[in-house]
Amino acid sequence: MTPALDASVQVRSAPPVLSVRNLHAHLHLGDTVVRAVDGVSFDLPAGATLSIVGESGCGKSMTALAILGLLPQPAGRITEGEVWLDGVGDLARLDQRALRRVRGNAVSMVFQDPMTSLNPVFRVGWQIAEAIRMHETVSREEARRRAIELLELVGIPSPSVRCDAFPHQLSGGMRQRVMIAIALARRPKVMLADEPTTALDVTIQAQVLRLMKRLQQDSGAALLLITHDLGVVAQMAQRVCVMYAGVIVEESAVGDLFADPLHPYTRGLLASMPKPRHGAARQALISIPGTVPPLSRLPAGCRFAGRCAHVFSKCREAEPPLVPVAGDLGPGARKVRCWLHVGSEAA
Amino acid sequence: MASYLLRRLVLTLPVLAGIVVITFLLTRLSGDPTDLMLPPNATDEAREAFRSVNGLDRPLWEQFVVFAGRALMGDFGASLRFQQPAMGLVVERLPATIELAFATMALALVVGIPAGVVSAYHRGSATDTSIRTVMLLGQAVPSFFLGVLGIIVFAVWLRWLPTGGRGSLAQLVLPATTLAFNLVALIARVTRSCMLDVLKQDYVRTARAKGVWEARVVWLHALRNAFIPVLTVIGLQFGLLLGGVVVTETIFSWPGVGRLAIQAIYARDFPVVQAVVFVFAVAFVLVNLVVDLLYAALDPRISYK
Repeated sequence: MTPALDASVQVRSAPPVLSVRNLHAHLHLGDTVVRAVDGVSFDLPAGATLSIVGESGCGKSMTALAILGLLPQPAGRITEGEVWLDGVGDLARLDQRALRRVRGNAVSMVFQDPMTSLNPVFRVGWQIAEAIRMHETVSREEARRRAIELLELVGIPSPSVRCDAFPHQLSGGMRQRVMIAIALARRPKVMLADEPTTALDVTIQAQVLRLMKRLQQDSGAALLLITHDLGVVAQMAQRVCVMYAGVIVEESAVGDLFADPLHPYTRGLLASMPKPRHGAARQALISIPGTVPPLSRLPAGCRFAGRCAHVFSKCREAEPPLVPVAGDLGPGARKVRCWLHVGSEAA
Repeated sequence: MASYLLRRLVLTLPVLAGIVVITFLLTRLSGDPTDLMLPPNATDEAREAFRSVNGLDRPLWEQFVVFAGRALMGDFGASLRFQQPAMGLVVERLPATIELAFATMALALVVGIPAGVVSAYHRGSATDTSIRTVMLLGQAVPSFFLGVLGIIVFAVWLRWLPTGGRGSLAQLVLPATTLAFNLVALIARVTRSCMLDVLKQDYVRTARAKGVWEARVVWLHALRNAFIPVLTVIGLQFGLLLGGVVVTETIFSWPGVGRLAIQAIYARDFPVVQAVVFVFAVAFVLVNLVVDLLYAALDPRISYK
């Protein structure tokens, strides 16, 4: 289990807008319990971008869904932990009625696949207007006018015409812009984006990322960006959490992570990025050997031990805590969950 | 849209023509109606006279040419049994059948769709299990049993409802309920499976993430999508209902087309059988057309040009 140490060491200068503490979200499928999120803590400062990066199945999407109380039902539930939203309270303890007032309002979400995330039978303008009308009493005309403004804001040409389009009449990139317009409709404090560009063409990815970055800076919303793409992290985020098998294994400023990855898993991730090299011979892609342990049957010690090149006996005995790297206790502290980096005092 | 409609209507003509030919041939295969229409001790002269009056002594192709020519004008000949225009007999019975069909379908939709939605939403719960048990009964119990049971309980024992006939609303209740029972089961089952599929879709999650209240997520966002495949079943079943429901109409002495059809078949009353089948076919084709137009109205991804 994750030691309480995780939460206590962080020194905070300004209160974060979203503060996740020791979050556990489990999926109960028959008799097996999938520990999709298994003790995750992080702070999202107002107006900042924090990225959660990891491979599929590491629990990063479930973390976002758990924050909004949207875990798949009836299997998913938050079993432990807190999700503090500035000005609202602990989202993990709100009932569905109270959560509904938060969703799409103070916290909104952009999903991975724009092809399936919009309702095919409603006009996109209506779907944006609905996001407004669920939280404030405005006339249909007013809601529509604001929907058109939002479409313009996300860079959709001739917004007053596109407002009446159905999702299937728009391209993937356009649809993701509509999703972003929906997410921005109520000027949220926090936007959660779950792989917002993964399903898009590479050229469109860059456009959508630039758009999200600009809108986030203009609106002052904090962005929790979930991705498996370290390139996206580098472009968008100030801080990054690397997630592996339901836990955060490394947390750091983005620059530090790229310059000096500490956790063997992070190193593996960075090494497996394709690198364009001028003049050099083409290299085979490096991959991390082995696979993620099933989240329903996690090993006793370090979750990465089975794939780690630096594994030693302690790794198989006990799970390392997520602790600040020696001496660094400031708000920008680097933290790593690895016995290689635990000083004698923590061990 | 208008050209699509026209094209569809033109395309139905060969279908209807084919049906006319097939019914003509099939009725002729069933034997000579003279033996049924005349008493067993009728003289050979009387038999010949009957055949000659009704054109049954002519070669088959000649009978068909005469029949087809008249049918084009809407004249399906005179009933052998009643000596009245066959089409008139069918049209006379049509309002009763339409009334029963609409009442049955309305009842089936009002009960079946909510039952399917609730069952899907609470999948695996006690509510789901009880709804599905009732649905299983609904599909398994034949309407002749249910109809008779309804008469015994509500007409004979409780004396709440009349046993049969047509005219008052009370007389509509038992036949419509009997027919709807099977249909509710079918519609609820299809609605349930479509809803189960739709509730898993990403756009349902998007609606929740926007802060849409749960009831609106289910009954508007999900059901609007789940209803589209359900419509196919509704259309097919409505076509069958318009064709008349022989057993139920017979049990409740409902003066509809179904009962007329079965009587005409037993009596080898060729003109009436042909008229009934033609009306069935037209009704079925029209219902299908309406369903296809409704698809386009409900699903913006479908458009007809």
